[in-house]
Amino acid sequence: MTLIEHLQMGGYAAYVWPAYGFTAIAIVWMIVGARRAHRAGLEAARRRIEMERSHQ
Amino acid sequence: MWLWIHKLGSPPHFYRIAGLLTPWFGWSAGVLIAAGVVSGLFFAPPDYQQGDGFRILYVHAPSAWMSLFTYVVMAIAAAIGLIWRMKVAHAVAASCAPIGAAFTAAALFTGSVWGKKMWGTWWVWDARLTSELILLFLYLGYMALRSAYDDHQKADRASAILALVGVVNVPIIHYSVVWWNTLHQPASVTKLAAPSIDPSMLLPLILMFFGFNILFGALLLTRVRGEVLMRERNADWIRERVSQP
Amino acid sequence: MTPRTGMIRAATLLIERDLRLAFRRASQLCHPLVFFLVVTTLFPLSLSPQPSQLRDIAPGVLWVAALLSSLLALDALLKSDAEDGTLEQLVLSGQPVVVLVTAKTLAHWLVGGLPLVIISPLAAMSLGVAPDAMLVTAEGLLMGTLTLSFLGSVGAALTIGVRRSSVLLSLLVLPLAMPLLIFGARATDLAMAGEASSGPLYLLGALLAFTATLAPFAAAAAVRIGVE
Repeated sequence: MTLIEHLQMGGYAAYVWPAYGFTAIAIVWMIVGARRAHRAGLEAARRRIEMERSHQ
Repeated sequence: MWLWIHKLGSPPHFYRIAGLLTPWFGWSAGVLIAAGVVSGLFFAPPDYQQGDGFRILYVHAPSAWMSLFTYVVMAIAAAIGLIWRMKVAHAVAASCAPIGAAFTAAALFTGSVWGKKMWGTWWVWDARLTSELILLFLYLGYMALRSAYDDHQKADRASAILALVGVVNVPIIHYSVVWWNTLHQPASVTKLAAPSIDPSMLLPLILMFFGFNILFGALLLTRVRGEVLMRERNADWIRERVSQP
Repeated sequence: MTPRTGMIRAATLLIERDLRLAFRRASQLCHPLVFFLVVTTLFPLSLSPQPSQLRDIAPGVLWVAALLSSLLALDALLKSDAEDGTLEQLVLSGQPVVVLVTAKTLAHWLVGGLPLVIISPLAAMSLGVAPDAMLVTAEGLLMGTLTLSFLGSVGAALTIGVRRSSVLLSLLVLPLAMPLLIFGARATDLAMAGEASSGPLYLLGALLAFTATLAPFAAAAAVRIGVE
């Protein structure tokens, strides 16, 4: 089968691709969210250290 | 080994170990999921009944499994945090919720799309779908309860109780297809019996399954590191740690 | 320290106290009841007064209305006691908090849920439900409202320290109440179709047994956290 035929998923393309697409979006969202949460923690910690340094 | 687990409860140790493990988990997950997607979409043979439509299985089943697994991890972490008052355990529970909600949403969406094609309807109020929807609401309720409290300790402990109350839903979701004769099909892969699914179709599923699980590990470790930093920002060990990200 | 009062006596005293307090503001007792009737009326008004159509939606409407009015009344379960420090005293009293929470939940149900059950035939009749189905509905609501009170006690206990908690409370309780809704509406539905409704009713009974025995423990733990 050619690539185009493959991508059509035997006529089920309208169902298969949105399903994979949504899952991909969910995974990307989770990754971005996790990294952002980590960065927020780093920011909070750094801000605290700065605050301490400026108070000394 | 118990000593090692006990060490993990200490925030600075956890932070360091989690930091070392995360890239390994992340890249392995990436490879496994990529392999799973490619083999699932292009190399597995079409189903004799559903044609190429069945390929949704490769995203639907792992998502659904992870939605349950995440909740169990969350509940266990909540229980540990509640009983032994471990800060890291509470951080783990808090981090599980958004991940679990995302997996549940993916499971519901992919399931709905698949159902539209296979059963002709986007939604049906059978036991499994309904209880999975309830699971999503439980995650959202958990996150809402957490954010309602300013005091970390109260937020931790109240949401821990909520998580434990909701854990009842997990066996209901899992066994619903056994207890009730409903639209959703029963499991094809169990621990004890030989799978009722052809091996060439099984391989992508296994790849995706492990990929999702390891991805969960990477996501959880990252989030928990962020949580730990946020909670411990006043502590001494932060100072040396934070300069080296 | 063992208190001089036994726990059954303490529970009885607490129920009496709660009932007395509730009846002091008797007009407020009617609010959930009136709410139930008003919501039941809203559906015929907004959808269609056609008897056949009403009969279709009657089970769902009755149960959703009961659910919502129970949620509304839940605030009163613990809030005022938490605010004036009574809850703290109860926790410090030495009596098992589980027993005290159960007592408060029962008192709350007697005042809020039971009247609803009694008046449900009236609401059911207005939606075109036949008399024998009305009985099934009342039975279902009897178990359902009690289960809701217990579920609600957990939600109320979890949100003691939260300002303006009513929406959060509903968000927490509603997912847990969904199976209740499904079985209850199904029981009424079957009864209206003239079929045996014992299956869902037994399931409602099982839910009640499960919730009534376990919820007080969760609620007690949450109360202890909220009172600190």
